[in-house]
Amino acid sequence: MSNAAVMCRGLVKRYGSVLAVDGLDLEVHEGECFGMLGPNGAGKTTTIEVIQGLLDPDAGDVRVLGLTWASHERELRQRMGTQLQETRLPEKLTVRETVTLFRSFYHAGCSVREVLEKVALTEKGNAWVSKLSGGQRQRLAVACALVCTPDILFLDEPTTGLDPQSRRQLWDIIAGFRSGGGTILLTTHYMEEAERLCDRVAIVDRGKIIALGSPRELIASLEADDVVEFALEDAKTIDHSMLKALPGVQQVHSDDGKTILTVTRVHQAVPALMELLTQRGAALSELVTHHATLEDVFLSLTGRHLRDE
Amino acid sequence: MTLWRFREFLREPEALFWVFAFPILLALALGIAFKSRGPATVRIAVEADSAAANLLAALDSAPGIEAVMLPSEEARDRLRKGRVALVVQAGEPVVYVFDSTRSEGNLARLIVDNAVQAAAGRRDVWEVREQPVDEPGSRYIDFLIPGLIGMNIMGTGMWGVGYGIVRQRTHKLLKRLLASPARKSQYMLSHLLARLVFLVFEVGAVLAFGCFAFGVPLRGSLVAVAVVAFLGAMTFAGIGLLVASRARTVEGVSGLMNLVMVPMWIFSGIFFAYTNFPEVLHPFIQALPLTALNDSLRAVILDGESLVAVIGLLAIVAGWGLGSFGVALRIFRWE
Repeated sequence: MSNAAVMCRGLVKRYGSVLAVDGLDLEVHEGECFGMLGPNGAGKTTTIEVIQGLLDPDAGDVRVLGLTWASHERELRQRMGTQLQETRLPEKLTVRETVTLFRSFYHAGCSVREVLEKVALTEKGNAWVSKLSGGQRQRLAVACALVCTPDILFLDEPTTGLDPQSRRQLWDIIAGFRSGGGTILLTTHYMEEAERLCDRVAIVDRGKIIALGSPRELIASLEADDVVEFALEDAKTIDHSMLKALPGVQQVHSDDGKTILTVTRVHQAVPALMELLTQRGAALSELVTHHATLEDVFLSLTGRHLRDE
Repeated sequence: MTLWRFREFLREPEALFWVFAFPILLALALGIAFKSRGPATVRIAVEADSAAANLLAALDSAPGIEAVMLPSEEARDRLRKGRVALVVQAGEPVVYVFDSTRSEGNLARLIVDNAVQAAAGRRDVWEVREQPVDEPGSRYIDFLIPGLIGMNIMGTGMWGVGYGIVRQRTHKLLKRLLASPARKSQYMLSHLLARLVFLVFEVGAVLAFGCFAFGVPLRGSLVAVAVVAFLGAMTFAGIGLLVASRARTVEGVSGLMNLVMVPMWIFSGIFFAYTNFPEVLHPFIQALPLTALNDSLRAVILDGESLVAVIGLLAIVAGWGLGSFGVALRIFRWE
């Protein structure tokens, strides 16, 4: 247990009658990047805030770096860096002043200059926070988390709402921290983010972890490499059992007028599907195939999408 | 590490600067507004009538009266809107139309009646002599300046602390600070220290403005003024903290602020003495923190009293402050 950076057992948190976290167990190893992936409202933020000692759980134990909040709050606060969702940093401070302010809270850490370099904000050092773009603000928030050279970094949806380029920049920063030996616990509802950054991913839904493993393992758990999505003209449907009998088809879902097949041998499944459709006299209005992703894992586990689009 | 802490205190007020700068300007503007006010004149209207011309001339030439001839309807309209204090109808007898519940109305009635009677040939039986008071220390502006300082201390204390905290709460900054090793007490202290820095400017600016622009005397010691102002500032910072301790939105806290401040603006003797209110209210009015603060500021600035002489008033101020802080810290919501 000593090498667990974060350990939760039987975590429960209620908001009134709503059960936000429902008996969640979680273990993050030292030096890994652990992701909690799930749709909005799955309880990710609540969980990460309980782990950070910002919310008291209704039940369950939390240990961070082997310590509890009750006994070692001061020490833990010194050793963790955090970025919370929707924090608006003081608008009238400059970037450098903001980082300096946060640096002042910690005994040890790196210099403001270093951390600004890390997040590529050196040039913006004297700009007011209010003048920064969304991506720059988010990098500043991460800078405030990194300035204490934390042992563990908590990131709550670090790239939500950012454009692809800003997202990639942040991924590089996070990966940099990870390669320096730091432990990261992050939440996200972007599967690409989880696939790209995380050593292990917990898929969270309705306050519970419903799957756990490396992205590769989770995708492998589908027992399928590819996904075939199709829709038929005139909103026709085909019986699921017939689809399931096609060669290589593992699972069949219906979603929003589309039929989704998880398949192992796409080169056999697709021709077989075509044949079936021709026999039935149904015409395709749409056909897409792609490699299986965590999104498909979530879909196959819950029958729902990660994002409501 | 201590150096870093100090920096934090110095940085924090920067963000709050705009909350503070505004009240100073307001105080200056008010001061100027009251300076430019000349000797009081009553504005009245005379209803247009054949017999009105003589009366109008007599009234308009009388000191302190500004009379205009208007058709009956317009005269009444202006009276309703308060643009004239009284309407005169010429004739036998002369009729005064005015609102007796308004002090301008009553004042106008006395002055106008005096002018009308004098024009009709009344002679004063007793000889009187007027001695206008313009000695520094007893004019309206002398009354006003300490009141403005008190109001300023209240306003900036409440807004600066209360509004600042709630804004930081809605921006989730409070939560972010909670997640850092910064101590809660340091956070509170940074607000108070920021208040102190600005207090020097606020009180200094209004006081200096009063002294140089109007010759308002500073009869007590500066130290005494500083102590009173300091205590007042801490108290209102405490009340601001209390108001902000639960509110989740800026709108919510604004409403609460007004709920707390408006009664004190009205009752606590900023612009006029609270003795104008019925006697039954006096104990309540005197128990308000701003009343006590204003009274002690006036005592120290105008009457040159020592701190010992106003200790009772200061105790009221401090009592409010301690009470608010105590409750605020207990119920403060960090998220």
